[in-house]
Amino acid sequence: MIDEKLVQLLTPEGERISHPQYESSLSGDEILGFYRDMVIVRRLCNESTSLQRQGQLALWAPVQGQEGAQIGAGRALAPMDFTFPSYREHGVAWCRGVPPEDMLRIFRAVTTGGWDPQKYRHSVPTVVLGNQALHAVGYAMGVQRDGAEEAVMTFFGDGASSQGDVLESFVWAASFNAPVVFFCQNNQWGISTPSTLQSKVPLYRRAPGFGFPGIRVDGNDVLAVYEVTKRALDNARTGNGPTLIEAYTYRMGAHTTSDDPTRYRVDAEVEVWKHRDPIERVKALLAREYRVKGSTFDEVTAEADLMALKLRDDVLAMGPPDPISMFENVYADVHPLIEEGRREMIELGISGGAH
Amino acid sequence: MATTSMTMAKALNEGLRRALEKDKKVLLMGEDIGKLGGVFRITDGLQKDFGEDRVIDAPLAESAIVGTAVGLAIRGYRTVCEIQFDGFVYPAFDQIVSQVAKLHKRSDGVYTMGLVIRLPFQGGIGAIEHHSESPEAYFAQTAGLRVVSCSTPNDAYWMIQQAVEHDDPIIFCEPKSRYWEKGEVDLDQPPHGLFDSVVRRSGSDVTVIGYGSSVKTILRAADTAKSEGYSLEVIDARTLAPLDLGPMIASVQKTGRLVVVQEAPNTASLGSELIATLSERCFYSMRAPGLRVSGYHVPYPPSRIEDAYRPSVDRILDAVDRVMGYES
Repeated sequence: MIDEKLVQLLTPEGERISHPQYESSLSGDEILGFYRDMVIVRRLCNESTSLQRQGQLALWAPVQGQEGAQIGAGRALAPMDFTFPSYREHGVAWCRGVPPEDMLRIFRAVTTGGWDPQKYRHSVPTVVLGNQALHAVGYAMGVQRDGAEEAVMTFFGDGASSQGDVLESFVWAASFNAPVVFFCQNNQWGISTPSTLQSKVPLYRRAPGFGFPGIRVDGNDVLAVYEVTKRALDNARTGNGPTLIEAYTYRMGAHTTSDDPTRYRVDAEVEVWKHRDPIERVKALLAREYRVKGSTFDEVTAEADLMALKLRDDVLAMGPPDPISMFENVYADVHPLIEEGRREMIELGISGGAH
Repeated sequence: MATTSMTMAKALNEGLRRALEKDKKVLLMGEDIGKLGGVFRITDGLQKDFGEDRVIDAPLAESAIVGTAVGLAIRGYRTVCEIQFDGFVYPAFDQIVSQVAKLHKRSDGVYTMGLVIRLPFQGGIGAIEHHSESPEAYFAQTAGLRVVSCSTPNDAYWMIQQAVEHDDPIIFCEPKSRYWEKGEVDLDQPPHGLFDSVVRRSGSDVTVIGYGSSVKTILRAADTAKSEGYSLEVIDARTLAPLDLGPMIASVQKTGRLVVVQEAPNTASLGSELIATLSERCFYSMRAPGLRVSGYHVPYPPSRIEDAYRPSVDRILDAVDRVMGYES
């Protein structure tokens, strides 16, 4: 794919446009479902930012602006597919069925994981940039050996695209024809590092050099992301190898709640991207083409508000785990040296030793 | 007990063969391990017999060898990764420390990281730079990893199979200078558990602990010491992290004197850990401070002078003399 142009099926104004290779297969109800997903994930994100500001979370990594990319990708997955996220994939986690409160456990600093990765077929967050890309390829090599018709997808950003692990995962995926999709959200910023410093060519154009196709999709167009991802996953499942998808999007918020983007980027740039919002364009389409009423949108907003209320309650109820829990799951078996630490903690009264 | 004489290299090869036969989820992955059989021929003939899907020739990237083994572990496979030489493990360090060691914990026990990272380590083969290092302490300090080392063909044969079967990630340190030395291998029964430290020779005056290539050097020193009237108790640590302290404590309580031998430099080493821990636990039994006989705190030297760097019989005996000199 040498076409510089984004795959886009819906303009920022909510007008459909045609593309020679892709067309939307979605019904009005499905598009409304995606709209609901995106509104809920944005609400989840805003509530989490508030919770952090109120001292209830140690940190939050906002996803605002990337809902189209994540819902489009997440909804393209089949139930048996397996996903390997970084730490900002709240939208993907939502699609996989991870309860919102579980997504926040790591940010409440009460765990280093948060959910059962096998239950949701969505691995635990990976904070070290790019590590998960290799896990995805390895998992995909396992799928291949099992002869299963499953695909694997991994998520990373423009920042992580400079990591050796990501580039090594491209080599492995190509050499072994692994059933994996690399979903790169190019949100233009790695904290303060612009994507132009990560790559002198558009990121999707790296893939052909490794021996598999790359494609750039408008990451703020959930319809396009869905179709592009679905085809890439189908290709992986049917033995046609890996794909790199570059979802061209924008991080509307800070890198995390510890970041101050006003120090390194100009408001005008943010303003430009505000007009490319992934949710507004779908809302415009639904209202115009499917005659979805204002009351329906209001219902979605109300549902998101309810979710946020419950999320807040759930988070506030999350106390720190018993300190003794740090000794669990270090090794597969009980080890005397680990047990010594556990005993000391009980003897010193740091823990009641309930675990 | 029927035993067969073979080299450590052959014992590892046979052990891996049995692991591949026993469990079809076992895979081998590494650089040049297929047709070539690995640079040390440890995997000789295995690709031919088990196929390219199970004995996987990897592109040359260590982080990916380990990182994909993590994904395979999540999928239920048990991958034995071959790192070609100790000095080439560092590109994989991030995956080992950040992911391999922590994913069992991070997933609340859902993931088991049953994978083995084979590491030909220590010097003594006349190699060029980066082929003779002893990086075990880097891994020993990381909770979640287990670090083991074999010193005999029999241990090599059994420990590699036990490591493959275990659910924890294991850094498997192979003393490459002993690859071509023969020993008796019992093909029917493992001599010890994977994580047992073992007394190789009983003695009464000084406990000398080592692992990997050093064990044989210590046994030679014990022979010489005997002729000089000193009785050394020789312990093969075998498991370097977490430690198996029981046999070591019992020994130091008996002898009251401790020497640890290792090719790694002293600083923040296994030897440091052993002496600190055993001093804490055996203080009233000890008649002298524990001493380390180690590599020096310098980059591994050019191999024409490596014999001056690696612990020798003479340096071990010098340490024995010194701990005996504290007679109370």
